[in-house]
Amino acid sequence: MAKITYITHDNQKYEVEVQNGLTVMEGAVQNDIPGIDADCGGGMACATCHVYVKEDWFNKIPKKEDGEEDMLDMAFEPKTNSRLSCQIVVSDEIDGLEVSIPSKQA
Amino acid sequence: MIKTDALIIGAGPTGLFTAHQLKLIGLNCEVVDNLDKIGGQCIELYPDKPIYDIPAVPECTGEELTNNLINQLKPFDIKFHLNERVEEVKKENENWLVKTNNGTSFSTPNVIIAGGVGSFEPRKFSPKECEKFENKSLFYSVKDKKIFKGKTVSIFGGGDSALDWAVELSKECSVNLIHRRDEFRGAQATIDKVHQLAKDRKINLYTQYQMASVKGDKNLESIDIKHDNNEIKNLKTDYVLGFFGLIMQLGPIANWGLNIDKKTIAVDTEKFETNQKGIYAVGDICNYPGKLKLILSGFHEGALAARACFKLARPNEKYRFEFTTTSTNLLKRLGKKE
Repeated sequence: MAKITYITHDNQKYEVEVQNGLTVMEGAVQNDIPGIDADCGGGMACATCHVYVKEDWFNKIPKKEDGEEDMLDMAFEPKTNSRLSCQIVVSDEIDGLEVSIPSKQA
Repeated sequence: MIKTDALIIGAGPTGLFTAHQLKLIGLNCEVVDNLDKIGGQCIELYPDKPIYDIPAVPECTGEELTNNLINQLKPFDIKFHLNERVEEVKKENENWLVKTNNGTSFSTPNVIIAGGVGSFEPRKFSPKECEKFENKSLFYSVKDKKIFKGKTVSIFGGGDSALDWAVELSKECSVNLIHRRDEFRGAQATIDKVHQLAKDRKINLYTQYQMASVKGDKNLESIDIKHDNNEIKNLKTDYVLGFFGLIMQLGPIANWGLNIDKKTIAVDTEKFETNQKGIYAVGDICNYPGKLKLILSGFHEGALAARACFKLARPNEKYRFEFTTTSTNLLKRLGKKE
């Protein structure tokens, strides 16, 4: 289990416990957190689960794999701390992770 | 006005197999899709990615699955209306009157929505004021390259479309190519060409920049682009092209009076009918208790919706369940028997 904090663009904070092995995207979808659309269902094919990872966490979580950066080219207002939340797998190591959700996904 | 027994919206795997089921039981149908090709998400999002959970098909790519479904439709005559988006669905007497953005209209007792997560639309620039110039001096696709001759064109994006147009337009225009990072994701030969053209000063390359704002009153005059380090650069430009791929949007479906929750449409599990009689939803776009977003579920849903269509399209006939292995009727339709 890891506690993940999702912050929406209008500054609503959602703190949820997410099971290990799920992705940060799934944690949001299962808890009805608004702003993460995940249209392709985690296939790294749509860039609608785009989040900004809080700076001090960005280098602690597992790095991007091939294809994620390409997909981020398509995301809405990508920044240097952008990730696709479907590619961040939850584990004890990321307990306390904070991500912000962009104002829209498309 | 085209009269048909059933109209299918969406030419993805579910829409294709639903067409198969309709034709098999003796109904005619037409298919509309906003993409320029058949296959839906399978062909647009993951043509090369292998799929492992199609029954009796241990492994196939999105493209192979699509081609197999198209082959399965070969015995039948089905009209596809590609590059068209259904805009309006309204009741007219007993039938549904359906209109597309190209002006095609259909009259049908049955509309089957097999729309996946919605229709594919180009992803747009984020600054709001870009809308003002859209389709005048700011485009998401090129319809007529002649208008750019001798002008300055600023191209955004890092994939094949952006790179190909940068190379092509650099022959007769002044080209700025702007991308959010140093790496491009196009074909290596094209990437090399772009770098060579940049060296020869035929293309002005700006990487780690993104669109910040567009400037101009009636006509586009210039754009501001912003570096990752927040530095802003102003570029004079006549035209802007954005190539950020496609995004799925529910679009006009939201206005047809259906029960929609989280981009999906509520249906029953007998006919896969929505709250509107004669409008069905199948595949990823439908929702019911226990719904799985799997291609195999879409096949099942389409098969049942097709049977429901029969009742409305042939009110005076009785539908009889038959097997393709034994039924002379079905084998004739499949072209396997005279």
